[in-house]
Amino acid sequence: MSTDTDTDSFDFDGSALRRKRLLGKAFVGACFAATMVGIVALIALLVDVVTEAWGWLTWEFLTYPPSRFVENYNPANYGALDTGPGGIYPALIGSIYLIVLTAIFTLFLGVGAAIYLEEYAPDTRLTTFIETNIANLAGVPSIVYGLLGLAMFVRALQTGSSLLAGALTLTLLILPIVIVSAQESLRAVPDSMRRASYGTGATKWQTIRNVVLPEAIPGIMTGIILSLSRAIGETAPILMVGAATSMFAPPRLTQPTDAFSAMPMQIFDWARLPEADFQHVAAAGIVVLLTILLLMNAVAILIRNKYNRRR
Amino acid sequence: MTANGSQTVSTADSSGARSDAAMTDNAPLGSPRVDDAVIESRDLDVFYGDDQALHGINMDIPEHKVTALIGPSGCGKSTFLRSINRMNDLIDIARVDGDLYFHGKNIYDDDVDPVALRRKIGMVFQKPNPFPKSIFDNVAYGLRVQGKDDDVEEQVHTALERAAILDEVEDQLDSSGLDLSGGQQQRLCIARAIAPDPEVILMDEPASALDPVATSKIEDLVEELAEEYTVIIVTHNMQQAARISDKTAVFLTGGHLVEFDDTSKIFENPESDRVEDYITGKFG
Repeated sequence: MSTDTDTDSFDFDGSALRRKRLLGKAFVGACFAATMVGIVALIALLVDVVTEAWGWLTWEFLTYPPSRFVENYNPANYGALDTGPGGIYPALIGSIYLIVLTAIFTLFLGVGAAIYLEEYAPDTRLTTFIETNIANLAGVPSIVYGLLGLAMFVRALQTGSSLLAGALTLTLLILPIVIVSAQESLRAVPDSMRRASYGTGATKWQTIRNVVLPEAIPGIMTGIILSLSRAIGETAPILMVGAATSMFAPPRLTQPTDAFSAMPMQIFDWARLPEADFQHVAAAGIVVLLTILLLMNAVAILIRNKYNRRR
Repeated sequence: MTANGSQTVSTADSSGARSDAAMTDNAPLGSPRVDDAVIESRDLDVFYGDDQALHGINMDIPEHKVTALIGPSGCGKSTFLRSINRMNDLIDIARVDGDLYFHGKNIYDDDVDPVALRRKIGMVFQKPNPFPKSIFDNVAYGLRVQGKDDDVEEQVHTALERAAILDEVEDQLDSSGLDLSGGQQQRLCIARAIAPDPEVILMDEPASALDPVATSKIEDLVEELAEEYTVIIVTHNMQQAARISDKTAVFLTGGHLVEFDDTSKIFENPESDRVEDYITGKFG
């Protein structure tokens, strides 16, 4: 360090820098390790879950209702059963319907709110206040939304512990994220597009419908799907609105007031049961949940890539 | 300013000695009145917040001619252009005082719908801004939003032909407008602007982002368009204004219209010394 301040000699081989180089390398190593912690943990989790579930995840598991008896889940016993095999079917259907209803509600409420805030709302302090609060709501713990759903939908609106109450509660939970991401997508549409539309004599609504929304919709869809994949794994809110841990019949989409179960509830129910083999059953349920979650994320990525390439 | 300006507009005196008086009276040097005016600006002020971008603009714009608006950056020429089809309405902090008549109707009257106005006064922007749609849908856009799409195929072809781009894109009407070159994109935007058949076309430096070949195509096109439309073009390029325009307005010093006259007069024998300095490149 003391020699490299000498301006008369030029340090050709950079020997005076060696210590700094080592420091740089150590830093890269630390960053790499930090990255690997996350990835290794995820892989370990996946390997653990998949090996636990191996042999227990069958077609019957997907298509039959749950059972009280752990033997019913074991594929080796399927032939000898009086009742049917045990499975996750009602919870799987419950989760899918929950997501379908939540998707419909968030699409209209989230996109509507984002369009209003971004395109129509006057630039006042009230608007800023609302926008700030929406961003804050995204950080509220999900159990609080569960309590809100219990008070508002189950009790006040008398929906009971139904599919509808669950979907509305999950909608409230992800709405702030959907609104914020939809606003960002709308803001990303260049103003030159809007001006071009107004310049040809289009009204505001025509401009939004024909120019702004088509440009923003891939980003909006990506945001909605990613939020939904968060919602499908949420347990606390649907626990609060009273989703069943185990149901023998799936809810009907045409009857949104049906009681329902969802995969996180069912998995929790299995995991707390004393028989050791139920851990395999729970693992099989987790694999189903993770598969649906990863499929949804893949769809979001596909949409994003498809529309990014078009530009 | 507005009050006394409106009474002295009609007496635009063209003696050089009145230069200062003319400024305070808001009447530019030259001949701001024309017989066949389609647009008449009277004491038009435009403010952005507390900043005044235009000071009492008085000028008439003749029908079926090319009128060029020239001047250094920040002189208000683009602001004036945008106030003709009320695009300034889209800027929250913009405020307009004074009158601007289109066929004798003040477009800043409360009963004027800016959307209806823009259907009569089309616009082409500085940077080509086609929609990320097909070439056909780009040109058809104005027709569709205006409900004039009964014969959309033919109208699109006519517009592309008038914009001198049909030959280049006839086989690829379904491909994206964004796949075209910059110059082609700008002619596509011109086709989009003229498809619904407006009366006036505003052009905000339409060639400033283009190479010389594309620029000369746009210039040829502008001269042809003047046979059917009234063209008002903002340009930084004085040679361009001299080549293609019939009338030239020179904006100087932060939002004042200094001189307005036939283009040949402005470029050969301007009345204002400052205009002469600007034209000959001594400043600006």
